Amino acid sequence: MIDRGDLWLVVIGLGLGSFCLRFLFLGLVGDRPLPAWLTRHLRYTAVAMMPALVAPLVVWPAATGGQTDPVRMIAAAVTLGVGLFSKNVILAILSGAAALVAGGYLLG
Amino acid sequence: MATEKSDYWQGFQAGLPFLLVIAPFGTLFGVLATEAGLNLFETLTFSVVVIAGAAQFVSLQMLQDHVPALIVLASALAVNLRMAMYSAAITPHMGGLPLWKRALSAYFLVDQTYASAALHFEQHPEKTLGQKFAFFMGTMTPICPPWYLFTLIGAWLGEAVPADFGLDFALPIAFLAMIAPALRTGSHVVAALVATLGTLLLAWMPYNLGVLCAAALGMMAGAETERRMAQ
Repeated sequence: MIDRGDLWLVVIGLGLGSFCLRFLFLGLVGDRPLPAWLTRHLRYTAVAMMPALVAPLVVWPAATGGQTDPVRMIAAAVTLGVGLFSKNVILAILSGAAALVAGGYLLG
Repeated sequence: MATEKSDYWQGFQAGLPFLLVIAPFGTLFGVLATEAGLNLFETLTFSVVVIAGAAQFVSLQMLQDHVPALIVLASALAVNLRMAMYSAAITPHMGGLPLWKRALSAYFLVDQTYASAALHFEQHPEKTLGQKFAFFMGTMTPICPPWYLFTLIGAWLGEAVPADFGLDFALPIAFLAMIAPALRTGSHVVAALVATLGTLLLAWMPYNLGVLCAAALGMMAGAETERRMAQ
């Protein structure tokens, strides 16, 4: 069960913080250019943060008590593979889900 | 003001295809939040206040894993750092608006509204400030309110979905699907690989700090690769 104090701290903090990030330049900085090194790093936040979050969930899933699970590894590989080839987010999700369900029947 | 009205509808049409992404993701968030024990009000408030899909999924997952709230906050804000980049990129087009319109636009500045507005503004530099604002509001209409609506639908559905449905893996699959098309250049691939390796090697760190450190390492690796490739 999620602690309600933690939940509201995160919801309100994240809401305010995200708004500040969105308002930062539009509202405060105006059209002064950003230093190149900063934009260069900001460009990679999404592609660095998301794999960092996902990799442990794939390799050590909480649902299996942290045991590496071949079905989940295969589903992850299928999702990434289809995503890379098709560049289609929805198709990749559906393929990964299908692999997870099929793998669960065949191996589980 | 007939022209601004037509700009609104142009924006609406530009934003409409994103409904295909918003609907399933919003529903999924509603389902997962309900599974995590949030009630309708808490789930909907989450989407209205934060209005950022990836960060919402991340913080929900970490809250469930009982990670301390401040670490959850730091990680989710790190996921949203890209919003600052959108803000910077859109400022040359909308920076001249009155403050309340800039604040309103900032609230609705998400991946999809940014993508369609930035594309349109670059193709039509001749548009007036008023027309650009109308376009932005038009783009937001089929993206942001549906995000709330589908969160709510998901929350209703979530009460009907059995808890043991492999849903624990919905978030990794959704993220992996989003990462793949984002790997546009070699530098992006390097950033993702370093972050992946880093997070697995740093998993021993307390409070999920390994995730933040690995992401920082990945960003530095991506930025450095880009700098060297440009030389």
